[in-house]
Amino acid sequence: MKISAIITLKKDVLDPQGKVIHQTLEGMNFKNVNEVRQGKYFEIDVNENDPKKAKEIVEDMCEKLLANLVIENYKIIEIQ
Amino acid sequence: MKSSVITFPGSNCDRDMDVALKKFGFKNKMVWHNDPELPKSDLVVLPGGFSYGDYLRCGSVASKSKIMQSVINFAKSGGLVMGICNGFQILVETGLVPGVLLRNKYLEFICKNVFVKLDNKDNPYFKNLEKDIFEFHIAHNEGNYFCTEDQLKEIKDNNQVAIYYCNNDGKIEEEFNPNGSIKNIAGILNKEKNVLGMMPHPERMIDSCLSGEDGSLFFKNLLNNIK
Repeated sequence: MKISAIITLKKDVLDPQGKVIHQTLEGMNFKNVNEVRQGKYFEIDVNENDPKKAKEIVEDMCEKLLANLVIENYKIIEIQ
Repeated sequence: MKSSVITFPGSNCDRDMDVALKKFGFKNKMVWHNDPELPKSDLVVLPGGFSYGDYLRCGSVASKSKIMQSVINFAKSGGLVMGICNGFQILVETGLVPGVLLRNKYLEFICKNVFVKLDNKDNPYFKNLEKDIFEFHIAHNEGNYFCTEDQLKEIKDNNQVAIYYCNNDGKIEEEFNPNGSIKNIAGILNKEKNVLGMMPHPERMIDSCLSGEDGSLFFKNLLNNIK
């Protein structure tokens, strides 16, 4: 079963890469941008058929490795 | 005194650290990341570099490598563990010291000499040092120290700041902050003061012909403190 996880920076954490992307977009005439925050996206194929269990496994992975909870949040967004 | 330097795939300051430790009298052993146990040590050093290519987050993969469980146990039983640069990034990922190291504020890799000021000498690393301001070298892309407000309060309350970025007079101000670190913090101790993580490289300051001697002062003093 494939599970996707999105890791994003917490609100108060400085994201200089997001800022540069924002400025670049403005330079390219995308004028309607309020803010850009850069994050990470993972697709994990878990050897587990129960969606609830598979999700729990990926949550555990996020807590222990994929995200650093001091600065990042994670969201399980998709189950296939 | 026995020291161990851990080599991870991608470490590149491990041999510099080995040279520095031996120069000042440590009997040093190089330890591979996949070894199960630390040799008997009075000091363990996590060196600088780019362990595991900085994949995922700097230091995150190394923090889960086989030898690290032994290093964590050593630190928790009071053993001295020092992480320099990437070693500091590994330490924050293990949770042995609080906070994280973010990308430098201005997105540049910084490679230059900086001055740092010792905040307190009530620890085995800086005890008995005669001066407070040291010139060390930094070379990093992710050295922007960050922690939550609660963590910062705890760090201050427990005197856990090891060093601050400053100028040659010891002034700690934003203009002397190379990477955007919160409060100019360049190095942090754990609560018990036996684990030190810092971005600057003392091992690059051990030769008067090539650099400066402030690293020599640090290592000589460290050896005497451990004896």
